[in-house]
Amino acid sequence: MYDKGKIITGLVIFLAIFTYPLWSNMGKAAPVPKPELPPKSVATQCIADTQYMRTSHMTLLNTWRDDVVRMADRVYVSASGKSYNMSLTNTCLECHSDKVKFCDQCHNYLAVAPFCWDCHLVPKPKEKK
Amino acid sequence: MIGFLFSLVAVLVLVGIALVGVGGLGLKVLFGVIIPYAAVLTFFAGLVYRVVDWARSPVPFRIPTTCGQEKSLAWIKPNKIDNPCSTGAVVLRMVLEVLTFRSLFRNMKLDYREGPKIRYSSEKFLWLFAIMFHWAFLVVIIRHMRFFTEPIALWLQTLEHLDGFMEVNLASFGVGLPTIQLSGLVLLGGVTLLLLRRIVIPTVRYISLAADWFPLFLITGICLTGILARYVVRVDVVKVKEMAMGLATFHPVVPDGISVWFYIHFFLVCVLFAYFPFSKLMHLAGVFLSPTRNLVNNSRAVRHVNPWSYPVKTHDYHEYEDDFREQMVEAGLPVEKTLEEAEAEKTAKETPAAPETQETEEKREE
Repeated sequence: MYDKGKIITGLVIFLAIFTYPLWSNMGKAAPVPKPELPPKSVATQCIADTQYMRTSHMTLLNTWRDDVVRMADRVYVSASGKSYNMSLTNTCLECHSDKVKFCDQCHNYLAVAPFCWDCHLVPKPKEKK
Repeated sequence: MIGFLFSLVAVLVLVGIALVGVGGLGLKVLFGVIIPYAAVLTFFAGLVYRVVDWARSPVPFRIPTTCGQEKSLAWIKPNKIDNPCSTGAVVLRMVLEVLTFRSLFRNMKLDYREGPKIRYSSEKFLWLFAIMFHWAFLVVIIRHMRFFTEPIALWLQTLEHLDGFMEVNLASFGVGLPTIQLSGLVLLGGVTLLLLRRIVIPTVRYISLAADWFPLFLITGICLTGILARYVVRVDVVKVKEMAMGLATFHPVVPDGISVWFYIHFFLVCVLFAYFPFSKLMHLAGVFLSPTRNLVNNSRAVRHVNPWSYPVKTHDYHEYEDDFREQMVEAGLPVEKTLEEAEAEKTAKETPAAPETQETEEKREE
């Protein structure tokens, strides 16, 4: 092999960079986020099913925002036929009152920075009854 | 044309394999654990093997392509980057080559003007598409590290937020997320333009082989499935990360509830990794090893000896004169050393102890 020093240095740098996911996690546990659901006494059901809320709540919230701000439409009728007030603070956060224990769990896990809090106040967690 | 169809069908078959394998047969461990590990192993082993194999080829002489004045006399201004005269200049040249594709920027196009007159004109589109494609691809790959690290490094989060500065609401069409990651769209645009270039320009189409089409279709497929998985299907990314972290920490898990679209995307990426060392994509490493770029142009300053040069027997003038000095003097020819001088040198050499004389004689024979 010619230019051994340079070739090996290059390969080591390449491997060091490309195996970043392997060595940066070494010796660290990677707990799966567990968003804390509101107690059964507060609510037993969300406005849509869990799978939909897990993957698409942001689209829903965005639609709500546009409907409320641009169309002045505040009524959301869920799949089960129940009507809800389209409001992050008054509807969503009523049950999911602790941002740190609910929203941030998955958002931090995936480096998502939702712009909800650009306008909305972060709610103070309610005292548990 | 055969190469085009073959590659297109090949990528569609790959999509089909993942669709049937996960969607139909439920082989989640195969597609989520075994194939990814095998693909990444092939990638690393293959890439290192190829580079070592290249490094075994000697490059005895300087063959840089130069595009500027070589360093010579003090009053002639050298072009240090395009005709590198030192290691530092080569490093600068390589950095600019790798990061900005300078040689591609010089791309020319031959065309006809006013009948048979040919001319060369600048052709920047290839460079533009290549820059779009490669930088977007880099950002996309780095962004995906959010799935493989926990906690996510601050610089990664920053990149993610910079890339996602644009907010587009297509929710009323049932697609989209509040934030659009621009790099993914630029990547799709870049790969499409590179693909169109091969399709539209007849001369380029003529020299395109399956090895050119396949990576383009494969990367297009990866882009499309990725964009689909993010904006349309909206796969459960928390579970995807759970799985990715399992792979990165060697504790593989296969969570339920991940859409088959994710598996198609993931399988195509695995194919790209496994295909990498066998393909033209090796220019990732090859760009660093191209002798026309990475050599110092110092042929006039440094003597480069070919390592396998045959040792040529020489008989120079001094030896010739030693052989024929007497005759030359007799014939009245000029000599470098007179007979007396040569004699004095000879005795001076022979005076020391006997074994040493033997040694010098041996040396002379060698």
